Amino acid sequence: MKIHEYQAKEILRSFGVPVPESKIAFSVKEAEEAAAEIGLPVVVKAQIHAGGRGKGGGVKFAPTAQDVSQYANDILGMTLVTHQTGPEGKLVKKVLIEAASNIDRELYAGIVMDRTTSAVTFMVSTEGGMEIEKVAEETPEKIVKVVVDTAVGLQPFQARQMAFALNLTGDAFKNGVKFLMALYKAYMGTDASIFEINPLVVTKEGAVIALDAKANFDENALYRHKDIVALRDLDEEEPLEIEAGRSGLNYIKLEGNIGCMVNGAGLAMGTMDIIKLTGGEPANFLDVGGGASAETVEKGFRIILSDKNVKAVLINIFGGIVRCDRVAKGVIEAIKNIDTKVPIVVRLQGTNAEEGKKLLEESGMNIIAATELKDAAEKVVGTLKTIEA
Amino acid sequence: MSVLVDKNTKLVVQGITGSEGAFHTQQMIDYGTNVVAGVTPGKGGQLFMDKIPIYNTMKGAVEKTGANASVIFVPPPFAADAIMEAAEAGVDLVICITEGIPTFDMLKVHEFLKKYPKTTLVGPNCPGVITPGEAKIGIMPGFIHKPGTIGIVSRSGTLTYEAVHQLGEAGFGQSTAIGIGGDPIIGTKHIDAVKLLNEDPKTEAIVLIGEIGGSDEETAAAYIAENVDKPVVAFIAGQTAPPGKRMGHAGAIIAGGKGTAEEKMKALAAAGIHVVKSPAEIGKKMKEVLG
Repeated sequence: MKIHEYQAKEILRSFGVPVPESKIAFSVKEAEEAAAEIGLPVVVKAQIHAGGRGKGGGVKFAPTAQDVSQYANDILGMTLVTHQTGPEGKLVKKVLIEAASNIDRELYAGIVMDRTTSAVTFMVSTEGGMEIEKVAEETPEKIVKVVVDTAVGLQPFQARQMAFALNLTGDAFKNGVKFLMALYKAYMGTDASIFEINPLVVTKEGAVIALDAKANFDENALYRHKDIVALRDLDEEEPLEIEAGRSGLNYIKLEGNIGCMVNGAGLAMGTMDIIKLTGGEPANFLDVGGGASAETVEKGFRIILSDKNVKAVLINIFGGIVRCDRVAKGVIEAIKNIDTKVPIVVRLQGTNAEEGKKLLEESGMNIIAATELKDAAEKVVGTLKTIEA
Repeated sequence: MSVLVDKNTKLVVQGITGSEGAFHTQQMIDYGTNVVAGVTPGKGGQLFMDKIPIYNTMKGAVEKTGANASVIFVPPPFAADAIMEAAEAGVDLVICITEGIPTFDMLKVHEFLKKYPKTTLVGPNCPGVITPGEAKIGIMPGFIHKPGTIGIVSRSGTLTYEAVHQLGEAGFGQSTAIGIGGDPIIGTKHIDAVKLLNEDPKTEAIVLIGEIGGSDEETAAAYIAENVDKPVVAFIAGQTAPPGKRMGHAGAIIAGGKGTAEEKMKALAAAGIHVVKSPAEIGKKMKEVLG
C-alpha cells in the first residue's frame, strides 16, 4: 500500500527520523497559514502518489508570502503529469508546505526486502536526486548495499559503513548514523516493503534530513497496522480496482478490450498472455479465486463490463475441487442477471468439464463454449474480428 | 522414486479443525495420503472424523505418531509460528498452504529454519506437493494427475493444473508436482525443486512454470545450464503484466524494471531450456522434446 509524502514523513518523524518542518494544506488559505506558521522561505509540494513531481511543475520554492499564494493556487487543482502518472496525469488536491532547507549535499537512502537473499537490504548512494534505477544501470559502483542480519537487526557498524560511504564527516557523520538507525526502526516497525529517501540531504549546518520520502507497505501485514490503513487515499486508486477489492476480487485494469475472468493468479496472467499472442489485447487482470461461485462470477462480470472499452469477455476456469458444471450454472445465472450484448467465451476445464460445456451450450444464451485454452483464446479474439468486419 | 512425498509419508495437518483444513484433510485421505494426526492448540485429545487423533502441539503429534511431514492450513497471522513449530518438532517436510503471511514473519521463519537444515519448507501461498498415485499434500485436485515421469515445479496453482492437464492430453503423467508458491519469501525455490527432480531417477523431464517478480527463475536457469541434462520445458506468466502492479500473488510484481517475463524467458532460453510463449503449448512442447 502506497501513501503520500506528507504521511510518510509523519511516520518517519514518529520514529525519530529527521524531516523538515511541514504542514499539509487543502486550500490556498491553509497554505498561506502554514507558511506563516513555519516561516519563510518554504517549498510548496504537490501530494500525489507518483514520483517526478518536480519536473512536472508540482514542486516550487516560495521565498515570499506572495509566492506561496501564487504557487498553492497554481498547484492545487492542477492535473500533474509525470513519468509515473501516465499521460492522463493526477489531480492535485493537497499541497505540503515545508520549511526550505539549506542544502549542502543531496544523497540517496533506500531500504527494500531483497528477495534473492531473503534479507532487508539498505542501499545508499552519493547520487541523490537521481532515479536510483538509472544510477544502478549507469554507475552501479556508486550504490553501496548493506545486508541486514535478520537475527540481530541493523548494527551501528553497518550504519557507520554507509555514512562513510556517503562521505559524511563531523556532525553530519554522527547525524547520518543516527538517521540510518532510526530509518531502519521505522521500516521494521511499520512492516514496510519499500522506503526511499531521495534526496536525503545534508544541510550546511550538518543536519541530515529526509527531504522527500516514499513509503510502501506490505499488504499482508496491514491487519496489524490500523494507523497505516487509515492513511489510504482512495482518490489515488483506480475506482474499478477499489470496487473489486470490496468484493474480495483481485482486479487490475489494463488498456485492451478483451475482458478476462480467471481462477488463480498465474492462470489469469497466462490467459492475458495468450490473448495477446492470439492478436488481442487484454482489458484486465481478474482473479476470482479458487471457488468461482455464481456470486463472485457475477461481481466479476459487473466490474469487467464497467470498463467501457470491453468488447468481448473470456472466462477461463480450471475446475479443480470446484466442479465445472457448478461453475457453468454460476456463469449462466450471472449472465442472466447482467443482460449484456458483449460476446462471452467460456472455457471450462477440469472436473466435469464436458458437463459444464453442455450446460453452457444448451443455455440458449450468447455464450461460446470452449474446453481448451488455445481454442478459447482464438474464439474470443475471433468474435472481435467479426464485430470489426 | 519420487521427491518430497510418497506413500511412506506420515502427515500431520496443522489447523485440521478449521474449515479449509478439515475439507482438504478429507480430500487428502480420499486420495490415499496417510494422515496420521492433526494439530489444533486447545483441541488435543479429540478425534477428527472419529479416527485421526488431534494434538495440542506439533511436538506431541510427532512423538506419538512418528509423523515426518506437516501441512499448514492455519490463518495468516499464526502461520509463521506454525511453520517454526513444525520444524522444531523435527518433521522433514513442511508444506504451508496459507496465503497472506506478512513478509517480515517469513523473514523470521527463514532465519529460524537455518537451525533446522533437515526440514524442507514448501510454500507458503502454494497448492502443495503431489506424487500421483502415492500421496497428495495440499489443495490440488488429485484426479487430474497421473503417475508418470514428468516433474513439475511452479509458482502458480491453477496454471500447474493447466500444465498437468496438457501433459495428460499429450500422454504424460507426473513423477511429482511441486507448487512452490507465489510469495516473495518462500522455502523451496525453483532451483531447489529442480535439483530434487534432477536427482530423482523416475523423473525424465521437467516443466518449470514461473511468473514475473524476483529472479528465482534466472537462478534456476543458471543451475540448469551447468547441471541438468534432463529436458526442461518452461513457461513464464505475466508477459503482458504492467510494471509496478502486484498481479494477484504477493511476489508477482515488476519492481524498478526488474523481474520481467522477458528477462526470465531470455535467461531460460540461454540455458538451453525449451521456453514456450503460450501457456497452451506446454504439453505439446514436451511431446515434441521427448519425441
